Amino acid sequence: MTASGVRAAITQAHREEWARVVAALTRRFGDLDVAEDAAAEAFATAVERWPHDGVPPNPGAWLTTTATRKAIDRLRRESRRDEKHQEAQLLFDDDPLEPLGFIDDDRLRLIFTCCHPALSPEARIALTLRMVGGLTVPEIARAFLVQEATMGQRITRAKAKIKAARIPYRLPTAEDLPARLDGVLTVLFLVFNEGYLATGAETEPVRNDLTAEAIRLTRLVHELLPDRRGGGGEVTGLLALMLLTEARRPARISATGELVTLDEQDRGAWDRDLIEDGYRLVRERLAAVAAGGPAPGRYQLLAAINAVHTDARDARDTDWSQIVALYDRLVRINPSPVVALNRAVAVAEVDGPDVALALVDRLPLEGYHAFHATRAELLRRLGRSKEAREAYDRAIELAGNTAEVAYLTRRRSQLGAPDAE
Amino acid sequence: MPKYMLSVFGPAERNEFGDYPTKEDMLQSLKDTGAFNDKLQAEGYFLFADGLEQATTATVVDGQGDQPVITDVPYLEAKEYLGGFWIIEAPDLDVALRLAAEGSKACRGKVEVRPFQTEESFAALLES
Repeated sequence: MTASGVRAAITQAHREEWARVVAALTRRFGDLDVAEDAAAEAFATAVERWPHDGVPPNPGAWLTTTATRKAIDRLRRESRRDEKHQEAQLLFDDDPLEPLGFIDDDRLRLIFTCCHPALSPEARIALTLRMVGGLTVPEIARAFLVQEATMGQRITRAKAKIKAARIPYRLPTAEDLPARLDGVLTVLFLVFNEGYLATGAETEPVRNDLTAEAIRLTRLVHELLPDRRGGGGEVTGLLALMLLTEARRPARISATGELVTLDEQDRGAWDRDLIEDGYRLVRERLAAVAAGGPAPGRYQLLAAINAVHTDARDARDTDWSQIVALYDRLVRINPSPVVALNRAVAVAEVDGPDVALALVDRLPLEGYHAFHATRAELLRRLGRSKEAREAYDRAIELAGNTAEVAYLTRRRSQLGAPDAE
Repeated sequence: MPKYMLSVFGPAERNEFGDYPTKEDMLQSLKDTGAFNDKLQAEGYFLFADGLEQATTATVVDGQGDQPVITDVPYLEAKEYLGGFWIIEAPDLDVALRLAAEGSKACRGKVEVRPFQTEESFAALLES
């Protein structure tokens, strides 16, 4: 095999096997730290050895075995330092790997442990990307614009809490599953959103690495926890939502780095394969609901809303009443002001900007840039340029995304001059 | 088995009914908390539980100098102080959190769940 072939094999093994190795070792040694270090060492050994020895026929098994040996070595070294823990050594032996089914469940355990509600949301995201996603600490630090040392400490502290407080390495009970799964999906959605609309003034406006990672992890959860195992179809809903959103990415930023809104996007540039994938999942959920399955949760409704958008060949063909109807259902299960704001955008298309503005003005979202951006657009359509300008000012002040700032700045500059009014 | 301390916090100064708005509330909560304690004991989680007098009765002693220094205040200045606690044994945090939720409902307060040091964690501390 060529050197580049071996490199590709290592990259692929890392993508496909990292979580499996960490999960199997965590199960066996009951310690995330030991599992993480041993997995990292096993991959380092692969980088060293595979170019000479060749890629093993079953890279996953090779990595797990190598990591297990590394972990046992480490634990033996540590137990020699402390006579009192000599007996612990007896617990670890070289017995063969467990059957695949168990190992797959281990990855799900790992995900639920990393997203445990006793950890802070920041820690859940960092730990999931490290332990399940296999991203390095510097990569995660860059993704969330914090210092490497800070991110390292965040992960170390989370692992220490899991160990000291005995956060169990176990699947939630059927009773707890919906709430715990919602916690997992929130982490995945946050990672995706940070990629789709990056908040930093110093970063690229769209972070493909993060959206791709979020989709990969959501696919994994979707594969490990199919709808029939519980969760009410929300994993499928979130995956569909991500795919339909990601499909529009090629049309979302202009050549000059400006955000392109849905109505101005070149719909021919949308990724048809991702859209078809997303549609298949949405149809699957519609059929399940029609067959008497659980009522759709928020991710399924958001996916359906996105499917209505991608279904229109031209922005003018968008079925806005259908979108308002879906938002009505969403408001009933998730009555948050942000959902109400998005609903108002759809209402503007059906009932006019004056009706929408009255809805928007009632919302307690003073500190949210999208609230001011929405007001600005509605005020502009109502010909109230002076107020629109003020709203654009406020939106620009609050927006963190560079492409969005560029878009809002242009929209503001296209308003009539103040003294012309 | 891991041990956890479940702490309940309350205001520095209590009214005539402890931390409760009315006497009925107080009596009902005491009854519910008693039932919760019985359950902890019956199911084998219970190690110890008790309530504390209000924080204004606390005294701090600093014996690190030549003469002990005695101060008539709680150790930390806070809006809320430790009012009572349970010490339980539970197999893992999920079980401890479920019990804490029941205890919180019974005593009408938020409950902090904190693990005790273990032999293992203490050994690691000595090694460091």
